Order: sequence, then C-alpha cells, then structure tokens
Amino acid sequence: MSKLSTDPDRRGHFGPYGGMYVPETLMFPLEELTREYFRARRDPAFRKQLLYYLREYVGRPTPLYFAERMTQELGTARFYLKREDLCHTGAHKINNSMGQVLLARRMGKERIIAETGAGQHGVATATAAAMFGMECVIYMGEMDMQRQALNVFRMQSLGATVVGVTAGQRTLKEAISEAMRDWVTNVRHTHYVLGSALGAHPYPLMVRDFQSVIGREARRQILKKEGRLPTHLIACVGGGSNAIGLFHPFLNDREVKMIGVEAGGFGPKSGLHAARFATRNGGKVGILQGTKTFVLQDRDGQIKLTHSVSAGLDYAAVGPEHSLLRDMGRAEYTYVNDTDAVFGFDRLCQLEGILPALETAHAFAYVFRNARRFGKDDLVVMNLSGRGDKDVQQVAAWKAEQATKSRKAG
Amino acid sequence: MTRIDEKFRTLKAHGHKGFVAYICVGDPGLDETVDTVLRLEEQGADIVELGVPFSDPLADGRVNQEATARALAAGMSMPGVFRCIEAIRKQSQVPLLLFTYANPIYAYGFDRAVKSAASAGADGFLLLDLPVEEADEFAGLLKRRALNNVTLVAPTSTEERIERIARAATGFLYCVSREGVTGAQESLSPSAARLLKKARQATDLPMALGFGISTPDQARAAARHADAIVVGSAIVAKFHECGNSPEGRRRAARWTGKMIRAVKEPV
Repeated sequence: MSKLSTDPDRRGHFGPYGGMYVPETLMFPLEELTREYFRARRDPAFRKQLLYYLREYVGRPTPLYFAERMTQELGTARFYLKREDLCHTGAHKINNSMGQVLLARRMGKERIIAETGAGQHGVATATAAAMFGMECVIYMGEMDMQRQALNVFRMQSLGATVVGVTAGQRTLKEAISEAMRDWVTNVRHTHYVLGSALGAHPYPLMVRDFQSVIGREARRQILKKEGRLPTHLIACVGGGSNAIGLFHPFLNDREVKMIGVEAGGFGPKSGLHAARFATRNGGKVGILQGTKTFVLQDRDGQIKLTHSVSAGLDYAAVGPEHSLLRDMGRAEYTYVNDTDAVFGFDRLCQLEGILPALETAHAFAYVFRNARRFGKDDLVVMNLSGRGDKDVQQVAAWKAEQATKSRKAG
Repeated sequence: MTRIDEKFRTLKAHGHKGFVAYICVGDPGLDETVDTVLRLEEQGADIVELGVPFSDPLADGRVNQEATARALAAGMSMPGVFRCIEAIRKQSQVPLLLFTYANPIYAYGFDRAVKSAASAGADGFLLLDLPVEEADEFAGLLKRRALNNVTLVAPTSTEERIERIARAATGFLYCVSREGVTGAQESLSPSAARLLKKARQATDLPMALGFGISTPDQARAAARHADAIVVGSAIVAKFHECGNSPEGRRRAARWTGKMIRAVKEPV
C-alpha cells in the first residue's frame, strides 16, 4: 500500500483545504515566517534547543498512564491516557508555544502576541515569553475572560497584558481577528503565536509539527508497554491541535482508528454548538481567518455564532488537516453535547482522580457513553489534553443552573 | 470597458485626480445606502466602493467592523446587495466596485456572484483575502463578464509580488498606504510614496492610495502621489455620526465634499 501523506504543498494546501487566504498586508509576515520555520525545522541546533526546553522546562515526556479503574469499570477495551495535563502550565498548548517563542527569538522578534479561548494557550504563551523576558500581549474575548477568570489572573501574573475583545460574540474567533490586526500593524518586531492548527499557512503545519511530540511519544510508549499499536486514538477537536498532535505520527499505521470529538453544545439541532463535521446543521466548506476548511456559516457565508460549555472548543472552523483526514476517511469525527461533557468531567474525576479540562472531557464523555463500541481486544489511547482546575467554577455554575432548571421543571 | 476604466480615462484627459468613497452596503439600510451613494456622487465622488458586509472583517478597523455589524443586523445579504446596485443604477451611472472578503462570495458561488453583479450593474470586485495565488478562477470569471479585478498591494509587498499582483489587476491598482487595518489616522505614512514608486514600475494602470486618509489636507497630500485616493472609515464614521436622516446624510456628504474638492484642486 502506498504511503499516506497529509503534508501540505508549498502554499499550505492540505488537498482542497488550507492555503493562505489573507489580506495582502499579512502575506509578507506569513512568507517570512514560512521561510524561517522551514529553516528552523531542518536545523539540528533548533531541534536540540526545543527538545531541551521540552524536557527540562515543560516536563516531557509526559506519562502514558494505564487507566486501571476506567478500564475495569467500562469492561471493554484497555484505556491509556496520554497525560498532557501534566505538562507545565497544565495542557498540551505549551508544546506549541515553546516552539513558536523559540522561533520568534531566532527571527529577532521582541514582542509576542497570541489569542486565547480557554486561556490555556494564553497562559502557555505568557509563560514562555516570561521565561525568555519578552513582551507579551494576549487577546481574549470578554465572554471568555469571564468564564476563565483564573487563567486571566495567571496570564497577568506572568507579566502579560490581557486585552479584552468586545467584538462579535466576544470569544475565540474575535480574539484571533484582533491578534491578526495587531500583527498586521506591528509585524516588523512582533511574532503572532497562533494556538491551534488553524489559520493561514504555515500555522496549521507548524502547530501540528510542534504538537506531534504527543503522538511520537505515545507511539513509543504504547509499543513498550503493550508490545503493539493501539486500535483507537481519541481526542477532542476545537481547532484540533491536540488531536492532530496525537494522530499525525500514526497516519500510516492504517489499522489505528482515529476519532475526533467536537463540541455539540446544546446539540446540532439547536444551532448552538461547534460541531463543524455534524451531518445535520454542521459546517460547509468556506474561508475563515486565512484557511479553507469546514466552517459553521449561514447561506450567505456569514459565520454562525457557536456555543460550547468549553471555551477552547467554541470556534466556528476546524483545522484544515482535519477536513482532509475526514475526506480521506482516515479519521472519524463525532460530537458530545454540554451535558455529556460535564458528565465526562465528573466521571474521570471519580474513576481516576484526574480533573480534566472541559475540552478534554468531551473525548472522555464519548468513551463513557459509547463503551460498548469497543471490544475486549481493543487498545485505546486517549489524549488527556489538559487539566480542569480552570473549569471548576464554570462547572459549579453550570450544575447550579441545571439544578434550578430541574426544580422549575419538577 | 467598465465605468471604472472610463472614469480614469476621463480623469486623465482632464488632468484630474480621482476620489473613491467607501461605504458599507446596508448600513443602516438598503434605501439609505442608495441615497448615500447618490449624495456622494453629487459631491463629486468619482467611484463608490460598496463594502459587502462580512461577519469577520479581518482587515478592517473598528469603524468598518461596526458598520458591517449594523448592516448584518439590519438583514443585509447578497441578494440585498444586488438589489441595492439595481436601485442605484436606475438613477446613476457612478462606477461601483464591490469590496469584500472571500467567504460571502464563495458561499454564494463565485460564478453566480459575478454574474449577478454584472447584470445588476456593478463594475468590479476587490476580494481582500483572496490572494493572487488563489485568484485565477475568480479573475477568469470577472474577465468573462467584463468586470474589473481590482487588486491590492501593501507597503510590505515584495517587488516580485507587486509585479504579480499588478499583472492580475484591471481597472486600477489599490495601494495600501500603511501597515495595519483600515481606519482614520492622524498623519500620512511615508511608506506610501515608496510603495507607489515601486508599483509605478510594475504597471501603467491608474493607482489609488487608501487606508488612513481622514482630512482634506491628507487627501490633498495623498493625491499628489497617486491617480486617486480612497477614503473609507472617515466617511463611514461621519455618516454614522450625522445620523440616519436625509438631513444627516446631506451634512455628511457635504463634509465628504470638502475632501473631494481638496483632491480636485489644481496643484
């Protein structure tokens, strides 16, 4: 069988998706970044430096933990958790932030900007910037600032300026637009650390490369522990960086099934969700924030409002490589609604003593609700992409609201 | 030959500079947009750029973002844009350029959008986030319908890119006067003159300079370097500030007229 490849062409096309759909003012910084990134990618000194900080500062490799009670309780497959929640700052996001901040230093940029949804990417970027003594500005939707107040405080403590974005629905999408506007204006001395496998080339490729450390480690670890490849990989998908980081190194292990779990919000039928791949009421191919991919939009091409209990999955488009994986049939995408996500959050806490991020909880909810889809011989690797300390207030408020609703209904 | 081509030919024959006014279609409504265009023409605007509202206008500053949001909230849509053009064409032959982002046009269908625009009476398109490398199909469709493909160069564009973009352009070349998004600025950027000089070497097309022009003095200064200037945010802000009434629009148009006359004064 021929080798599968999802590597983009010179202008960042993943099959019919991806590309560089940006205003001309952004072309120069993107081309400069592409050039520098490809140089760094080939440079052993850069790779060595990144590896050093990932090991000594981030705490890699992260464990691949055998989830004993979860395995017992579900009584089907054997479940392993890739513990990205144990990375410094509590999520996989720092793999990418560290890589991009090192790249920015190499390019001689003095100022770092980033967008953030749940705040994990903002915290990771502010952390890397603080460590290297660089100026850092984080754009965050005001709605997300409210629901992720803890992370706002963390970013500020790390010396970053957090700028609230009031446009549109005041979440991740608007924060990305605002960060891009800053970049266009200050491009000569600023690097924009985009946090997911989204946006214009080279970001989807670069972020995937930096996150692929997850899958490379997991592959090595599972072979060592079980002597065979997993049957399934499961991860949540917002922009899709933790999922592509886990999936990509297994691309040519065709017997390994890949499942991406999107945010179903109140359910696709309600129109309040972020399930771009849902067959009913899902997305269609469009162009948003620099890339061609599946986008939630109305008939006129206006971007739809999205909803998810988790700020990190609350986005109208999906990374272009996921659109290609879906077309190829190499990965399968499904969704989990808010209620189930909170159930997944609780269940993992109780079974394994691990508090997952609400984003991550979507992937777990899928498994808890669909345990019977797995067989005795199945071996499942799940990406535990982040820890949930940031979400406890949000979950508490959500539960209080549900309790009020059910009292009223009763 | 489109109305835009003819306009630049006439301007050149008379030794005049052109004034391009940008407004957002449907801000605050369709009828108001028609009225605004007619008033701007009356004040001497040579070309009107009609912004087709898109929910996520990446290259726009706050003023145009808010105008877009108002237009969408009022229900503006692609069919609405074409109805608006038809209504303008009943009363005016002012050149009309559609200025927007790729997604609303892509969603409507490139072919269908170009066809509808041509039959409604538009003269060309400028799609901000459809770079020249991705634009072959769209440019071909425009050519087939005899519409202009106006493209944009920025101070950060390399000479190689300027050449390629200028080659693809018809009607005129839009030169962005500074790094950043749309929006009025206090002073005119020095990078503008450099960009125009580079662009001159790449094409004989007329050149319009835009982004950040907000006063008659700036307009006059900018016009010295270019064949035309584009004013957007400042006009959008003025019309909004003057209020949604015929009297408000009359005042805003007269205010714009001062800038237009500054451009038309003999140097």
